[in-house]
Amino acid sequence: MKKRIMAAALVSLCGVLGLSFATPSLAQKKDETIAGIEKYREMLGDDNPAELYEMRGEAAWKKPAGPNNVSLEKCDLGLGAGIVKGAYAQTPRYFEDAGRVMDIESRIAWCMMTVQGISEADMRKRPFGSADKPSLMEDLVTYVVTASKGFKIAPPNTHPQEKAAFELGQSIFHVRAGPYDFSCATCHGQDGKRIRLQELPNLTKAADNQRAYIGWPAYRVSTSQVHSMQWRINDCFRQQRLPEPKYMSESVNALITYMAVMATGAEYKGPALKR
Amino acid sequence: MKNYLIPLAVLLVAGCASQPTGPEGKLRFAIDSMKRDFQAKGIAGMDRLEADKLLQTCNQTGNKPKPDVAEAIEAEQAVAIRLPADGTHMGDWKEGEKLAQSGRGMTWSDKAGQPNGGNCYNCHRISKNEISFGTIGPSLVGYGKLKGTSLEAQKNAYSQIYNSKAFSACSAMPRFGHVGALNEKQIKDLVALLLDPESPVNK
Repeated sequence: MKKRIMAAALVSLCGVLGLSFATPSLAQKKDETIAGIEKYREMLGDDNPAELYEMRGEAAWKKPAGPNNVSLEKCDLGLGAGIVKGAYAQTPRYFEDAGRVMDIESRIAWCMMTVQGISEADMRKRPFGSADKPSLMEDLVTYVVTASKGFKIAPPNTHPQEKAAFELGQSIFHVRAGPYDFSCATCHGQDGKRIRLQELPNLTKAADNQRAYIGWPAYRVSTSQVHSMQWRINDCFRQQRLPEPKYMSESVNALITYMAVMATGAEYKGPALKR
Repeated sequence: MKNYLIPLAVLLVAGCASQPTGPEGKLRFAIDSMKRDFQAKGIAGMDRLEADKLLQTCNQTGNKPKPDVAEAIEAEQAVAIRLPADGTHMGDWKEGEKLAQSGRGMTWSDKAGQPNGGNCYNCHRISKNEISFGTIGPSLVGYGKLKGTSLEAQKNAYSQIYNSKAFSACSAMPRFGHVGALNEKQIKDLVALLLDPESPVNK
């Protein structure tokens, strides 16, 4: 039933968005696109298709799996074994047992390997799913981040390695490379800029990070699926025309740490809904 | 699991040992980290992380090299500009408009051998009729009216698209001709879009 309502809402959103493309002025087009998203949100009430991911994720979290046939309920996401509520808001953080700074996705993967005994190869097989076949990780991430709804973003940024990750992320943010000479900062280093009609947050500033960071993970209407922050960074580098950053690598986690620390204090509202 | 832990331990030690200080050290550490953490995918090879002298300078100076350094870079880049051998610089503005609209090309999900788009509207306002334009670059509306269609104006527009860094050392704009992203015909069509009195840019 819920699925049907969402499908209907999606169809009508496409209608609203479609209409908006025929309008003559920029301001009007933007307004109508935003109005379309707003209308879609209204129709869904407090719902977001990400809820389907969350429900599947919660079931997967609590179901015994892997060679050890245990659930992830004993996973320590940073606030102690078994505590999911509010844990995401305090990541990335340094984990003593792993000896490295991890974002929420890396930590979930760590638990799949250490608690459930899943091999690294299996864990890495399919991090990013598709609309018709979401990945297990996308489900788990959606469940875990949703449990931080209402919490303030507060990565610790106290351990030397956490501070080093912040600095590395900040440095990588400004590295220009590739055939087009792009860095993250080329698009995200100034106030009030756009690519086409897409407004770009200035990720060198706290205020814009506070708005942008809580925007991921998100359910994206144009791709009909939830995308995680690891995916978001991956796709940024694709558009930057660089080779691919490895999933959960130190560089990616450093960038996420940089953005999370810059976003400190923002209230997390659960997975976002994006066009 | 073991496979995961051992390199991690090595990495950790290496990471602590080379904790960078100062802007130069931090930059080197960032680039080394990227070289370790990135992998070739599709047409996007690891060679793309090798910065040429210009990018090294821009990265080291936060895109603000000293005036004399900037001038030297601009001169070096200008020398490498190849103007069309046939002496013409203006193609078909309609083709140029199509090209300006396209943001395709050069990503790991693009196929080899496919022509790249110009990506122009991503960052510039160009034709007044196109309301979906980016704002990272300046508006080019009326560019031809301002510059005219003299041979000098044509060469200048061609060169700017070919290599913007010949004009501003650490410009945010890609060096489309210099890196071979756009070919001679494509750049000519874009010059026409900018300068042709019949182009919607100048109407």
